[in-house]
Amino acid sequence: MLKESLRMSLSNIKANKMRSFLTILGIIIGVMAIIALITVMESATGEVTAQFENLGTGKVTVQANGTPLRRGLRETDLKRIEALDNVSGISPSLSQNISVVWNGQLLEDVTVKGNGYAYFRKNLNAVEKGRPLVPVDFDQYSRVCLIDSDLAHSLFSGVDPLGQQLLVKGIRFTIVGLLADPDVDDVMSQMQAMGEDGSLMMPYTTYMRLFGVKGVTGLEVYVSDSDRTNDTVEDLEALLDECFNYHDGSYSVINMEGLLDVMDTMMGLMTNLLVGIASIALLVGGIGIMNMMLVSVTERTGEIGLRKALGAKPRSIQVQFLMESVILSLLGGIVGVGLGLFVSKILSNMMDIAFVFSPGAVALGVGFSLAVGVIFGWAPARKASNLNPIDALRSV
Amino acid sequence: MTSIHETPFFQMTDICKSYRLGDEWQPVLKNVNLTIEKGEFLSVLGPSGSGKSTLMNIIGCLDTPTSGEYILHGRRVDQLDENQLSTLRNKEIGFIFQSFQLLPRQDALSNVELPLIYAGMSVQKRRQRAEEMLCRVGLEEKLHHMPNQLSGGQQQRVAIARALATNPSILLADEPTGALDQKTGRQVMGLFRELNDEGRTIIMITHDVGIAANASRIVRILDGELSEGVAEDA
Repeated sequence: MLKESLRMSLSNIKANKMRSFLTILGIIIGVMAIIALITVMESATGEVTAQFENLGTGKVTVQANGTPLRRGLRETDLKRIEALDNVSGISPSLSQNISVVWNGQLLEDVTVKGNGYAYFRKNLNAVEKGRPLVPVDFDQYSRVCLIDSDLAHSLFSGVDPLGQQLLVKGIRFTIVGLLADPDVDDVMSQMQAMGEDGSLMMPYTTYMRLFGVKGVTGLEVYVSDSDRTNDTVEDLEALLDECFNYHDGSYSVINMEGLLDVMDTMMGLMTNLLVGIASIALLVGGIGIMNMMLVSVTERTGEIGLRKALGAKPRSIQVQFLMESVILSLLGGIVGVGLGLFVSKILSNMMDIAFVFSPGAVALGVGFSLAVGVIFGWAPARKASNLNPIDALRSV
Repeated sequence: MTSIHETPFFQMTDICKSYRLGDEWQPVLKNVNLTIEKGEFLSVLGPSGSGKSTLMNIIGCLDTPTSGEYILHGRRVDQLDENQLSTLRNKEIGFIFQSFQLLPRQDALSNVELPLIYAGMSVQKRRQRAEEMLCRVGLEEKLHHMPNQLSGGQQQRVAIARALATNPSILLADEPTGALDQKTGRQVMGLFRELNDEGRTIIMITHDVGIAANASRIVRILDGELSEGVAEDA
């Protein structure tokens, strides 16, 4: 019986092609809008999340300007931070531009950075050649450094820089490694100010002693378990409060993980809002279907009467008409999903973001159109099934 | 113990039907008594407004009487609900209408199959049955013609084939020649007589004395009252 209803509905839809198409246009547009919005939003979210992750998850950035009486964090404070639960290591961000001398050559504008051991442990690809800095370098204030490719080119054209010694602030440093060029996508490293002639990296302990730095104002804290980052941030903040005597505005902790959460929530909210707006189109489409079905019931009153006279039960009539509206809106839903995916593919190409196929969005689109068909087809089908066969036959 | 032979094939006892008109009840059928034997060809003759359509609707189980008892094929039908009536119409009644009532977008075969769909017959069986019926009415060449490709007489034959499809106990025809010319009308009546000769029970509602004369028995209805035999004042 269901198969028969299906066949009858299809034949009726086919007989009214133009009208059926116009009727489902509303559904097509509604579903298309929903699919395109969800897909583009998900693609955009994926893109932004990826960028944020490049900036660094699994680490927390601390800006600690301190108080007028106590600028920055002392070495002892750093040791305490390093000892916190879930902290796998720290890397102070220390840098200044200074001149460097090798073999009688003077380079005026070289960025000298002091980094922590954790930096090398987290960035396994940081060293292209030679060795990274190791804990003993930090403990013993070793006079060793790594240089980047810019500095290598500026100073040592044709000479292997490894093992060479250069003068920083009159002190001799041995080059133990070459730094790899930073990842182009790594926004963080691009943001860092770079000297014209390249940069040089040494243990932060050595750096602090060399430049007489008493307090570290910038710091990266690495966590072992990024799921527990928020707890670690609390511990960290408690410690910093203690260090700076609970002075307001003495420090700030930037938690990428937290930012990411906030952003995810915001994007989700935005998506829901947009889908809500797009659903209005679906509602209007549903009313269109209901209208067409009511017209169809009126037009086919005679047919309904005949079918009833020939033995159709009210239920069979209802199923037939309900089937028709469901097929119509489902058809609209499927076309809408197709168009929606197509549009979002084009949009994501235009916006230069990776297209993310979202099975959830497709299910939502198809499910919505199915529901619209049932909800808005119910009343007309009911009306058809309740027609009195005598009146219905007389209408012809 | 009662057997099917003791219960009547078709019996209407004191059938009344009234419609509400404003505050008053307007009687349309007044104590109609009618018994029909299996294999009879009966004409119900009456002018318009006599209540013959109402009588047809009750005979055809499209409507229920206000009071009275109606037994069809040994079964009381005056108290059945809508679904039971649907099943009954499908099994026991073959409708033939004045205006044929064919579905315009379906070919002759599909039109004849229609009651078989509601009888729950499988696709192959009902196709075969529909073909047989169309052959019976002489349309073996027109199985896949659409109604608008057929003449009036041919369309009425399709409708007759459809009425025969479920092998009902009675054929119920409402002015079957009303939309046909004289010659075609006579041919359709010829087919009716043939079917009657084969043992089919036929009830034909008409206002035309000439058409009614084809039947073996005529009852007259006037102002909701039924009387046996050909009345002289036609």
